[in-house]
Formats: sequence, C-alpha cells, structure tokens
Amino acid sequence: MTATTEHTVRVPAPRTAAPSARTRRTARRRRLGAAGVLMAPFFLLLTTVFLIPVGTAAYLSFYSDDQPGLGFGPERTVFVGLRSYAAVLTDPTFLGGLGTVALYCLIYIPLMVAGALLLALLLDSGVVRLRAFAQLGLFLPHAVPGIIAALIWLYLYTPGISPVVDLFARADITIDFLGVHTVLPSIVNIALWSNLGYNTVVFYAALQAVPREVIEAAVVDGAGPVRTALQVKTPLVRASIVMVAMFTLIWSLQLFTEPMLLSQSSPMINSRFSPSMYIYDAAFTRNNYGLAAAASVVLLLCTIALSYGVTRFTSRNSTAEEAR
Amino acid sequence: MSATGSPLLRPRLLGRATVNAVVAISVLYTLLPVLWLVLAAAKSRDALFGSDLLSLSDFSFARNLTDLFAMDGGLYGRWYVNSLLYAVLGAAVGALVSVACGYAFDKYRFRHKEKLFGLVLAAVMVPQTVLALPLYLMASEAGLVNTFWAVFIPVLFNPFGVYLGRIFSQGYVPDEVLEAARIDGAGELTMYARVALRMLGPGLVTVFLFQLTAIWNNFFLPMVMLSDQDLYPVSLGLYAWNSSASVSPEYYPVVIMGSLLAVVPLILAFVLLQRFWRSGLTAGAVK
Repeated sequence: MTATTEHTVRVPAPRTAAPSARTRRTARRRRLGAAGVLMAPFFLLLTTVFLIPVGTAAYLSFYSDDQPGLGFGPERTVFVGLRSYAAVLTDPTFLGGLGTVALYCLIYIPLMVAGALLLALLLDSGVVRLRAFAQLGLFLPHAVPGIIAALIWLYLYTPGISPVVDLFARADITIDFLGVHTVLPSIVNIALWSNLGYNTVVFYAALQAVPREVIEAAVVDGAGPVRTALQVKTPLVRASIVMVAMFTLIWSLQLFTEPMLLSQSSPMINSRFSPSMYIYDAAFTRNNYGLAAAASVVLLLCTIALSYGVTRFTSRNSTAEEAR
Repeated sequence: MSATGSPLLRPRLLGRATVNAVVAISVLYTLLPVLWLVLAAAKSRDALFGSDLLSLSDFSFARNLTDLFAMDGGLYGRWYVNSLLYAVLGAAVGALVSVACGYAFDKYRFRHKEKLFGLVLAAVMVPQTVLALPLYLMASEAGLVNTFWAVFIPVLFNPFGVYLGRIFSQGYVPDEVLEAARIDGAGELTMYARVALRMLGPGLVTVFLFQLTAIWNNFFLPMVMLSDQDLYPVSLGLYAWNSSASVSPEYYPVVIMGSLLAVVPLILAFVLLQRFWRSGLTAGAVK
C-alpha cells in the first residue's frame, strides 16, 4: 500500500514535463515490484509442490535405506548410484506396466481424437437436429468424477448387476468384460466415455471459430460436405487437435484411477498394472522409496520424451504443409 | 451442396439420416450409464441384483438416501463437506493465484520471462504420481500427513491456470486501459484489483471451474496422504466403501446412491456457470 501513496504524490510529473530518467526508473522498479507480488504466491507453490518434489524424487532415486550387516544398529541412507534404475528397468512387472500403458495409449488416443473430431464435424455440418441438447448430453460425463465413472462402468461390467451383461446373456452371448483380453478395452471404454464429449465440445468450439468465408469458398469450388470437413475444416483446427492429443497423452501415461478401482473386482489387474500403480505399490506397500523414485523419474522422462515428440512431429508437419 | 436434381437428393437425405443416427447413438452412449445410475439408486439391494431395471416395484430411493447418511455413523456427510471444502476453497484460492500470475506474465516485462513461462508449461506435463512420494515425505517431515493441509495445499497449484490467465489477460485487459489508470495515478496493485480483475472475471470463473473439477476428481493425492476416514473426500470414501462391498453387499446401494449425489455439484456448477466456461474452452486451443 505504500507504493500507492508514493505514486499519487509523483503522478503529476509526467503530465507537465517529459519524464526524467529517474522517474522512469522508479516507475519501472514499481512495476517489477507489482509483478513480483502478483507472481509470488504461484511461484511459492511451484517451488514447494513442484520443484522440490521433483528434485527430491531425483535425489531419492540415487539413494537407498540399507540395513547394516546383521540388521543391528540404525538404518542409514547410502548412495547407490544407478542401482535403483537398474532394478526398475529389469523388473518385468514394471516393463509389463509400461507395455500395458503403451498399448492403452495406442488404442485410446486415436479412438478419442478421431471420435471427438468426427462428432464435432458432424455437429458443425449443420444437419444435426437438437444440436444444443446433443452437446449437453455428450458433455455430461465430464461432470462425473473419474472414480465414479469407473464405479458406474464396473457395475455395468459386473454380471448380476449389469443390464448390459444381461442383454448379452439373453442373446446367448457370454461376455466377461474383466477377462484377460477384455480388461484393457474395458478401461479404454471408461476413459473414452468420460472424455469424448468434453473434447468434442473443444473441437466444436474451434470449428465455430473457422471463418465462414473459407468454407463458402470451398463449397463454391465444388467441394462436397465430406471433403470440406476433412480437407478444409480439419487442417484449420489443427492447433486444437494437437492440444487435445497432448493432454490425452499426458493423462493416459498416468493411468491409475480406473485400474485401481477395477482391481478390487478383477483378478486380471494386479497391483503393478500400470507404472503409476507400480510407483504407488513400491512407495506405500513395499516402502521401497529408492525404487519408487527411480520408477517416477523413468515415467517422467517417458512423458517428457513423448510430449516433445508430439510437438516436434506436429510442428514438422505444419512447416511441411506451409511449404506446399 | 449442389444437389438440386432429384437423383442427388436421395443420397443427401440418406447422409442426413446417417449423421443424425451417429450423433444420436453417441449421445445414448454418454447418457445411458448416467441414467442407469439414477435408476439403480432407486433400487433396494435385492432388486439391484435381480429384477428388471425399469420396474418400479421396489422403489426405495428414500430408504437408500437415509441409509447412505446413516452408514458408518454418517461418514458420507463428512466426506461430502470435506470434498466441498477441498474443491470450492481450493479452486477459489488456486484460481486467484494462477490468474494473478498469468496477468503478470502478460502485462509486465522482466528478464527470463519466457524461460520462467516455459517452466510453468513444463509443470503441466509432470504426472501427479511422480510428485506423490516426495510430497508425502515432505508432508510427514512437516507433520502434515493425515491433515486437511496435506491435500489442500498441493491442489492449489495449477500451472494450466497460469497459461489460461495469460491468454485471458491478453484478450480481455487492453493495455490502453491500464495506461489510462496509471496516468490517473493508480498504483499497480490497486489497478490490478480494481480494474484488471473485473475484466478478467469470465476467465477467472473458467479457471475456477477447471480446477473445481480437477479437485473434485482428485483421488490419488488423498489416497496417499490420508488415513483418517474423517478427512476423506467423497471419491476416496466411495472407493473404500466399494472395496468393502464385495464382502458385505449392504454397501452396494449406498455406494450407488453416494455416487449419484457426488455428481450433482459439478453438474450444478457447469449449468450455472455455462456462459463463462464455454468461452474458456477455446481459449487454450485458438492461440
């Protein structure tokens, strides 16, 4: 508040004469001060709940609590170099988890992006009836928390409770949604159900921002509705597509909530089903902090590498397109 | 679009029908599970496992509701209040913090600005599971494990909100207005509070809503930090009850009813704040 009073005293100066170098410098300092005050709370949070934890994870991954000799004496923390990394990267359950998530991403991300884009293009085509209602209906699952989406679908997968399983049974089809080969698609379905509508609305909003003249020009040039959608509209919303793909990827790599809940009912999901579950299991069930930290760092590096890959890939594509 | 002749009219009608059918099926796909939740919440335990979903012979919505709030000494009510506290307070404080920072990134020039902003964007990418163990250790060092703060403080951090705040500030707060306020003698912070914050209103609501959803959904962090059931949010509580349900099936109807009630606040928030978040959705994408 002192800054305010100072300012009121000084204000008339720039009006009467050209500001001297000194007033300009104090004005600049005052602005920097204000920027500092506005940014301080966030950067305090960034430091305490982001930078220090990431640093701690990296640090922990190089250390281990070793029991001395015969188990007598106090526990001590010793430097073990890359031992934890070696342990993680040769652990078949961790590699299996990485494989599971990779497969999950390969099924889920294309389905999500293509599905949401298709629905958005259909909504944007102007022939859909009750468009506002359709949007609201599609968006509804976004208001359902992840754990509850998983609960709903768990019940819809459970024979005895589920009307879906019932319907299949009436048609003499026995289907086990939580079997060896079906459990991953079942998880994909939960994620797809939760996020399809949200991403559709994102794409639809982006499509609405496409200038109408561009589309009219395409129509005048004789492009049919399908061609207009795929070759005119889709490239124009590429920024949104990249963003949705990125966020979907980042979220997919953290796969935790859905398998964690389904593991209560399905023996097909063990406690190290995904890397995040592996980290949880290592840290809080086995109390092996070094191992958990090393697995965290590996997961973090995978996320950074893949996100970087996505941005590089798409920016290369866009430069290629501009060159054409 | 050039279909004026009758031979071309038919495929167009067919196309229209297909488009509407695809959209209708998708809407059914998203709506039916929620409808199931509503119907199942009205079933008694026996009816849940046997009878036809649509038959209303066993209508026990009210009984399930009273059971839910009576179960385990009224735990569910506590969880609900906890969730509201974590989410509403957390999102309000978090949105203010993030938007202020985003505004500063937009309106002020200082050294290494873009590098710092890059750091903020990088933070968006980092999986929560990576931070969980170190956060737990830090909290236990500070004696905060198994307290309200162990969950409340980390959820305030919302780097994506800073990104949105910067974009909204670019879009909604013209530099000329700030210059005019400066000439009128307003201090920088007063100017932010009196002039800019008002213009940033819709953006603030959008960031609030995003964060409200995220915190209401939060499951991993409470699971790591809390062991006292009285501090659980709804998500973790229902998870715990569901794991008991396989042993004692009387938990099934209350879990279903509890899930239904847990959906209500977000739906309310989205409906009430509709005109704000719609603009916010594209903000990240159009840039």
